Amino acid sequence: MTRIFVPKDVAALAVGADKVAAEIAAEARKRGAEVEIIRTGSRGMLFLECLVEVETPSGRIGYGPVTRKDVPSLFDAGFLDGRGHPLWIGKPEDHPYLARQTRLTFARCGVIDPLSLSDYAATGGWRGLSRALEIGAAATIGEVTKSGLRGRGGAGFPTGIKWKTVADCPADRRYVVCNFDEGDSGTFADRMIVEGDPLALVEGMTICALAVGATKGYVYCRSEYPHAAKTFAQALEIARAESYLGPDIRGSGLSFDIEIRMGAGAYVCGEETALLESLEGKRGIVRAKPPLPAHKGLFQKPTVVNNVLSFVAVPHILAEGGEHYASFGMGRSRGTMPLQIAGNVRYGGLFETAFGLTLGEIVEEIGGGTRSGRPVRAVQCGGPLGAYFPPALFDTPFDYEAFAARDGLIGHGGLVVFDDTVDMAQMARFAMEFCAVESCGKCTPCRIGSTRGVEVVDRIGAGVKPAENLALLEDLCQTMKLGSLCALGGFAPYPVLSALRHYPEDFTPRAIAAE
Amino acid sequence: MPEAVAWNEPRAKAILAEFSGLEGPMLPILHALQEEFGYIDAAAIPLIAETLNLSRAEVHGVVTFYHDFRHEPAGRHVLKLCRGEACQSMGSEALAAETLRDLGVAWHGTTTDREFTVEPVYCLGLCTLSPSALLDGEPLARLDRGTLVEALEEVRGQ
Repeated sequence: MTRIFVPKDVAALAVGADKVAAEIAAEARKRGAEVEIIRTGSRGMLFLECLVEVETPSGRIGYGPVTRKDVPSLFDAGFLDGRGHPLWIGKPEDHPYLARQTRLTFARCGVIDPLSLSDYAATGGWRGLSRALEIGAAATIGEVTKSGLRGRGGAGFPTGIKWKTVADCPADRRYVVCNFDEGDSGTFADRMIVEGDPLALVEGMTICALAVGATKGYVYCRSEYPHAAKTFAQALEIARAESYLGPDIRGSGLSFDIEIRMGAGAYVCGEETALLESLEGKRGIVRAKPPLPAHKGLFQKPTVVNNVLSFVAVPHILAEGGEHYASFGMGRSRGTMPLQIAGNVRYGGLFETAFGLTLGEIVEEIGGGTRSGRPVRAVQCGGPLGAYFPPALFDTPFDYEAFAARDGLIGHGGLVVFDDTVDMAQMARFAMEFCAVESCGKCTPCRIGSTRGVEVVDRIGAGVKPAENLALLEDLCQTMKLGSLCALGGFAPYPVLSALRHYPEDFTPRAIAAE
Repeated sequence: MPEAVAWNEPRAKAILAEFSGLEGPMLPILHALQEEFGYIDAAAIPLIAETLNLSRAEVHGVVTFYHDFRHEPAGRHVLKLCRGEACQSMGSEALAAETLRDLGVAWHGTTTDREFTVEPVYCLGLCTLSPSALLDGEPLARLDRGTLVEALEEVRGQ
């Protein structure tokens, strides 16, 4: 019996993974070969999907990108014994793309069957939870604080401090809420880990619940991720069956359970207070802060709201100790960050690494430049509200503070590469258009400013008083930055202002009229 | 895609009864109604309001806030085309314009033969394989006009 691993990550499915798996099964039957096909998450080398791996005595050997029509030739070449083939890539972990990474959070992703408790336990799963149960709530929070972990959703708030605030807030009921509303274009790390290692999220949230004294957890999943939602719902059942969730977690007497809830296509619900409103069943309207969710969150109870990646980093931190995690990174950016290299890029994928690589290294060396083969002109960092960086700023190190110093943000770690055909005035217009579509409508700068922003960019393009309208656009951006209630209106100006600053030539009427 | 059931009040009431015990039951109810009927019928609003002890205006406010909830039935097949920046970097805006023109609809529109509804979506998390889409919930990637037309033709009439 040969074990063959085929991803079922939705990105792999999009390039035919189900057809590949079915073809392997059919071909094996035809040839009388005994195979067991195990469906995994993705390794994150998405340019190699569908990446098929075969277990051999010397380890797992990968082949990719495999399509259905490659399957007979793989059998002919003896891939069941790991033999050579044009798609042979050797051991995946020796592939330069993976070998350069530091996989702490994504160590299991793409390796194990995401819904196998025994795979999870055999690869170090539940060690963090055991340790948390052993050392108790206060020491657990202490480890997370020591690790220097900062919220991976984008704001970068220290996780340990948030947890302590919730734990110290007197209440009859506390909640743990996972923000799985990963709406930024160019990001897919949350999706990948939930599809590839959902039990790590269960473990991370459970550790948090024990640390802060919460009994109920919610995962707010965006509706654009139906595959991840299905996998996570199955993981919850598996965890409950073995009392990793439920009224008496592993005999500790502590109670915690998780429910998954679906969003409904509103980007603003990724903002934590809008998310809480949405969970309560209301319009996803941003709340004014204070009170902080840590004091008055879901149903006005103290609530930890963390991103998927923050929770998933926690089991490792508990198992190996906070200091181990903090030994990675630079400055105040500790640990690893799963970068997502996307858009018009040759080697797109997930790249988990300690903070500190430069933007140029990420885009040119790791990403391999553009997929179209044309020169890179712009990289949008941190989602639709993130700044555009030109190649002249490629020396910027990937770190919260270094990006902020150049009027950018790392956000959730997504990088979208554009080649030289991009029209930056159009991208600036889209940033405003997106903000207008997604604004919750509570504050005026965001609700009205975004619509006015689209109009002003259009006037500049039409050559109507360009100098005055450019000044007006700058002014409008300042108003939105300073006057908006949340990051949607507050950060939408970043792509606009960065486009204006670094690509002024795209905002001349001639440039726009020439199209 | 499973054919949606025509709106009927007893079925809607059964769905309400199933979910109204949850904490914050509104979105689960709306999702279940849309799953069953393909859209949120106007007649559902007073039913939800009564069950959850809210005003009709509050329920209407929630239904209209979220992009996912339709106010009329969709076509037999729903194409969600990604407009995120990553997809734009690979030409998704031009692909969307061509597709909408070919089908003779605007965003959120349904073709006259009720075969396809086309909706914009802002990121499917398939950002290394752009342009991407979901067709009846199934992911499509590295699309161009040819492969997208092929995918649509494959489901047409089913």
